[in-house]
Amino acid sequence: MEIKERRLIPIYIFGKRYEVPEGLTIQKAMEYSGYQFIRSCGCRGGVCGACLTEYRTPKDYRIKMVLACQSLVEPEMQITQSPFIPMRRAQYELEKLKAQPDILGRIYPEIYRCLQCNTCSRVCPMEIPVMEYIACAIRGEIEKVATLSFPCVMCGACVLKCPAEISQPNVALLARRIYGRHILPLSHRLSQRIEEIKQGKYEWVLGRLVQLSTSELMELYTRREQEPQESGHWIPKEINFPENLLREDQ
Amino acid sequence: MRASIRKVEETRASRAKEEFPRLSLKERQELLHRFHPDYREGGRRELRVGVNKGQRVPNELADLFEGLSLIRPQEIDLNRIHREVDVLVIGGGGGGATAALFASESGARTLLTTKLRFGDSNTIMAEGGIQAAVGPYDSPALHYLDTIGGGGFENLPNLVQALVEDAPLILEWLARLGVMFDRKEDGDLLASFAGGQCRRRVHSAADYTGMEIMRVMKDEVYSRGIEVMEFCPAVELLLDEKGRCGGAIFLNLDTNERWIVRSKTTILATGGIGRLHIQGFPTTNHYGATADGLVMANRAGAKMIFMDAIQFHPTGTAYPEQLIGLLVSEAFRGWSAQLVNCEGRRFINELETRDVTSSATIREVVERKKGVSTPTGMQGVWLDTPLVELNKGKGTIHRVFPHLFHRFHTFGIDITKEPVLVYPTQHYQNGGLLIDENGETTVPNLFAAGEVSGGVHGRNRLGGNSLLDIFVFGRRAGILAAERSKGTKVGRLTLNHIIEYERELEREGILKKGIRSPILIPDYRYGKALPQIHQ
Ligand SMILES: Cc1cc2nc3c(=O)[nH]c(=O)nc-3n(C[C@H](O)[C@H](O)[C@H](O)COP(=O)(O)OP(=O)(O)OC[C@H]3O[C@@H](n4cnc5c(N)ncnc54)[C@H](O)[C@@H]3O)c2cc1C
Ligand code: SF4
Ligand code: SF4
Ligand code: FES
Repeated sequence: MEIKERRLIPIYIFGKRYEVPEGLTIQKAMEYSGYQFIRSCGCRGGVCGACLTEYRTPKDYRIKMVLACQSLVEPEMQITQSPFIPMRRAQYELEKLKAQPDILGRIYPEIYRCLQCNTCSRVCPMEIPVMEYIACAIRGEIEKVATLSFPCVMCGACVLKCPAEISQPNVALLARRIYGRHILPLSHRLSQRIEEIKQGKYEWVLGRLVQLSTSELMELYTRREQEPQESGHWIPKEINFPENLLREDQ
Repeated sequence: MRASIRKVEETRASRAKEEFPRLSLKERQELLHRFHPDYREGGRRELRVGVNKGQRVPNELADLFEGLSLIRPQEIDLNRIHREVDVLVIGGGGGGATAALFASESGARTLLTTKLRFGDSNTIMAEGGIQAAVGPYDSPALHYLDTIGGGGFENLPNLVQALVEDAPLILEWLARLGVMFDRKEDGDLLASFAGGQCRRRVHSAADYTGMEIMRVMKDEVYSRGIEVMEFCPAVELLLDEKGRCGGAIFLNLDTNERWIVRSKTTILATGGIGRLHIQGFPTTNHYGATADGLVMANRAGAKMIFMDAIQFHPTGTAYPEQLIGLLVSEAFRGWSAQLVNCEGRRFINELETRDVTSSATIREVVERKKGVSTPTGMQGVWLDTPLVELNKGKGTIHRVFPHLFHRFHTFGIDITKEPVLVYPTQHYQNGGLLIDENGETTVPNLFAAGEVSGGVHGRNRLGGNSLLDIFVFGRRAGILAAERSKGTKVGRLTLNHIIEYERELEREGILKKGIRSPILIPDYRYGKALPQIHQ
């Protein structure tokens, strides 16, 4: 069905009534009503957390928190938005931190105030078990905080609701950074490649490639060997391609 | 749609492992010329004034170039300086944040300014990942060949060299900042395919790669105490009497005040142009991708390259309508998902480059009439996502694509069981401001990094090369801009370039008084909020 022919439903934006076609996201419904966003709009795809929106419908006593770009309008909903939520962010130098169990609690001691009310998990639009990752933070399980909180878009819904006044997304961010930097191993192969580049292993071949004519490049391009989808034990026939060919030509 | 899904299911097992032939370079060219939107009659026009006179650009961009500046130069008092810094960075995405980090580390007083929230950007939306030749049978030389072949052999060689040589270094830098890149069981980095690559080379953080990187960078910028000015888009660049860039004028979006920032060097990292909706296409881009950087830099006299080449990503969402245009990561095809028509038949090797794959999809729908129609009249082809589960094991989609699973699930579609309907969507500007290997534009002391710049990707960028590009050139620009700022004294600031540019437009009779540019914020009010379908 064409959207234009769709049923119009009433919504209330900051208390004012508008009629919008059903099936629109809250974000588009607000635009349809004449809003041109400055705040409360970013990626329009559910990853930036700019569009945190609260609403209530007549049939439900609860206030729901959603991302406006990811949720549909409902008849009679009352909408408000929270474009900016003050959060506490501690100062630290990641490089100097150590992955000790109490590190999160030392930097964000307010986590110990958690009342285990679970409000944060209930409101999280990404359905993250927020209370659980805070509990893990208290227990010093950095890896679990990092993986549980991974989809966090830092919208701040949990921050707004937390009776213990914890800035959960910043605790989680710190945990992920410590995990990424100090717990996950740095890749040996990667360091090796960087070393090779520093020692000039590819200087010659790149120096030649930048000088090649289009037709020469096309020929090499066409001769590339394609690594297959299932490349478990795959080894290319010419390991040193295109350097081998270019050296022969010299 | 249901009946067609059944056909996709019926053919799935028989094509699961089938190798679909690749096109020759000649076949690729033919397909592009016949079906790629870049070659459509009437889509582009020649610029008639300014330093880029003679270049062809999409009409939507030319319109902005021919519009009036947002400021009236006579009304601005250039002596009222709001802030004074060494390095001014314009744009709070990955390119800007990187430039600011390296400028500040090099000892420059740095100010990072951005239009919306810090981090609202195309960077945060990146799903698939970032390229770097790390594998045992991979090398920067192969990365070079893939990149230049993907770009139609027109990429600027010195830029590609910088890109591939810095790639491993950048990847390690990101890992050291604490970015949680995906690992294999043995703990080493996981790499997957993107179109046009002869080796698996894309490093990801699930399908949240950009979000993970952006939130880490933002945190690092705050850790270093770099000053950030949000909701303050630049509206024009300032030159000094020697024609060097000496800062910019900003608009405080909350108060409408204009702020002048004087700087010794300036780095433009304002990203892309998706929200211009070239030829009416939907876009994957964030809300602020409105070509502001190009508009300002063009007036200031910076040369562009390849700005007629727009990237249409083959797998933009075509259904449900709430998600139209949003990206379905190329990594799906990297993980063996296939593109099939209404009969469940393949029509292209899914790992061809994006320009070719998009053209093939358009041919399938427009010429061969093998598309699938949605209830709102949009057409598309299937991306057979359940195949990933079949080929790579149950649970793969949950593990590798949690974000996309969640997004479609919200709208009642289970992509582990049902294919996704897709159609090309406007994704990326392949060209942009001409830079050298240190990110400097043709205007002295004006640098550019990231999507706003051009040359490195030729006429078509490979998946995973843009995230790489913004860090490589953000870093290089940040370092050189800081160094350059040390010996620089800014002269008397002027806006004469704006006055002259508008005069020239007027002389040519093409000044569009109804258009004010840069547009800063797109207008989707009223009926424009509804999905528009142009096919
Ligand atoms: C959905 C999506 C998925 C992608 N996936 C991948 C991927 O997997 N791999 C890959 O390599 N690439 C990917 N790309 C491309 C890549 O993400 C972008 O090209 C790249 O991140 C651009 O970075 P940038 O810093 O140049 O621009 P952006 O990240 O877009 O940042 C530009 C910033 O400048 C600001 N700005 C704009 N105008 C002004 C102004 N007038 N004044 C001040 N500030 C301004 C914007 O608000 C924004 O903050 C993807 C792109 C999209 C849209
Ligand atoms: S954890 Fe908190 S900040 Fe993160 S997505 Fe959930 S509600 Fe938003
Ligand atoms: S809302 Fe606050 S107090 Fe309640 S469980 Fe979550 S973190 Fe603890
Ligand atoms: S606009 Fe980014 S999450 Fe909604």
